Amino acid sequence: MTGITGIVRIKERLIHGVLFLCALASVATTAGIIWVLAAESYLFFQELHLLDFLFGLRWAPLLEPKSFGVLPLVCGTFLVAGGALLVAVPIGLGSGIFLSEYAPSRVRSIVKPILEILAGIPTVVYGYFALMFVTPHIIQPLAPGTDIFNAASAAIVVGIMIIPTIASLCDDAFRAVPQSLREGAYALSATRLEVSTRVVLPSAMSGVIAAVILAFARAIGETMAVTLAAGAMPRLTLNPLVSIQTMTSYIVQVSLGDTPHGTIEYQTIFAVGMLLFLVTLTFNVIAQGVLRRFREAYE
Amino acid sequence: MVIVPETISGRQEAQSPSRMTPPALRLRKPSQPAVTSDSVIRAEGVTIRYADFAAVRDVTIEIPDRQVTAIIGPSGCGKSTFLRAINRMNDFIPSMSISGLLTYRGQDIYGPKSDAVDLRRRIGMVFQKPNPFPKTIFKNVAWGASINGYRGDIHELVERALRRAAIWDEVKDKLNQSAFALSGGQQQRLCIARAIALEPDVLLMDEPCSALDPIATARIEDLIDQLKTHYTVVLVTHNMQQAARVSDLTAFMYMGELIEFDATDKIFTTPSEQRTQDYITGRFG
Ligand SMILES: Nc1ncnc2c1ncn2[C@@H]1O[C@H](COP(=O)(O)OP(=O)(O)OP(=O)(O)O)[C@@H](O)[C@H]1O
Ligand SMILES: [Mg+2]
Repeated sequence: MTGITGIVRIKERLIHGVLFLCALASVATTAGIIWVLAAESYLFFQELHLLDFLFGLRWAPLLEPKSFGVLPLVCGTFLVAGGALLVAVPIGLGSGIFLSEYAPSRVRSIVKPILEILAGIPTVVYGYFALMFVTPHIIQPLAPGTDIFNAASAAIVVGIMIIPTIASLCDDAFRAVPQSLREGAYALSATRLEVSTRVVLPSAMSGVIAAVILAFARAIGETMAVTLAAGAMPRLTLNPLVSIQTMTSYIVQVSLGDTPHGTIEYQTIFAVGMLLFLVTLTFNVIAQGVLRRFREAYE
Repeated sequence: MVIVPETISGRQEAQSPSRMTPPALRLRKPSQPAVTSDSVIRAEGVTIRYADFAAVRDVTIEIPDRQVTAIIGPSGCGKSTFLRAINRMNDFIPSMSISGLLTYRGQDIYGPKSDAVDLRRRIGMVFQKPNPFPKTIFKNVAWGASINGYRGDIHELVERALRRAAIWDEVKDKLNQSAFALSGGQQQRLCIARAIALEPDVLLMDEPCSALDPIATARIEDLIDQLKTHYTVVLVTHNMQQAARVSDLTAFMYMGELIEFDATDKIFTTPSEQRTQDYITGRFG
């Protein structure tokens, strides 16, 4: 008897240990990435003052005279991500309201998987779509003289990419609004539109805000589509019709290039990567905080 | 257009100045109901199904004006289903279907010309669980009027509704606080205020006290008694003492059928049906 229970206990311990190692692996990977980013960034900031990096207006690490002001990359990133929100928020919010408040369950069961397919398209395809279709067939006819690489086309396709995130999270937020609130509003002679926009939407506002922030963080971190669509021209501008460069596409450019390891030019990508990581982390933390408050509101 | 009999319209005017839609109350679609008889709600052979299951069977009833009508019966007998058919709250259940004739002041509630949104302006509802909006106390009461395009003095309207719902004194100093800060009983009276701020004609109440303690319940019962001077009240309740205390008429439903409908005194002292007798003496349900 004791033998069998002993074996069972060892088996349990073993399973426990293996599962623990699995969990440890993902934590360790994350820690390792942060460690590499931090260590290389540290070397970089031995050579260059942090403030010169953060607030410098010119980014030209590979050209003489060299300059390491990251603001043009930050500006390009926010230009694309902000433009993406202009596209994605109205459409995503509208889809979320449609799915949760209007769509009969049959329609919903068709539309939701379609949204997920949209989320599953490889991002490089979006990049080609921007370059081959959006710019020549939509933007250039409307605004002749637009660069073939431009921020607007990147913003549009990144916007399309993050629609499913916003739609799906908004749908969840709207569905979390208790049915009794809708009934209360209908009983006061509200129309479906009034119930959706004046009861459900305000009640789910923090969920909607969290959805937008998460989508924004995704847009900031988006790489392939932006690299293909927006080009590689670091520029401190808000003009969406010219070529710019984002933090992510700069990292791609250097990673694929022949910049020698160990040089300050090479270390820039870790400094930019660190900044990118901190920015997206901040937005994610804010979104989680907002979401948590939202959940508490209905418990 | 149906001609309004002099006597009835005169009586209504005397009893309910509020219902005559004073000039200040310019609400969306000021539909004046066609008065055809003393009964406000009339059901003739109404059957309500969820898919194939008939939750309400062949119910015929006339609910009179300015009275409290209680609907009692064991759980699952179709009380809520019938009540929610009156203001078309069952419309949101896709499997629901209704047959027979259900009218509000002579208008076919489910007729082709009937508009559910307009109907609910006239027929308000209070739910089992208090369901205030996550807004301030003031906005909860003002909301219905504001979406209906009310242009009069909104503060006056809110105060009047809160007074009528017997909660004004408790909330007058905190109108801008969240409605969630109120107790359950206060929330329920707020929901009643919210419903009567629209000056409805009929007030449907589905077990409005079942989530409340005895003191809060007593306050709501007092309130229902006052409300009937202005409104026709239809009250679903599980609590037979409550039905006996506050209603003028009582309908007893059993397994989807209306077994007996009569003056409350009669139902609770000398019912005609054996099943009613069994239910009120607690032999089943
Ligand atoms: N949405 C629905 N879909 C299918 N069946 C339903 C639905 N709502 C109610 N029913 C069924 O219809 C019958 C009547 O329900 P109803 O809610 O009207 O009863 P009730 O008399 O109000 O009961 P209670 O006193 O418990 O509130 C029950 O058998 C119930 O299971
Ligand atoms: Mg019920």
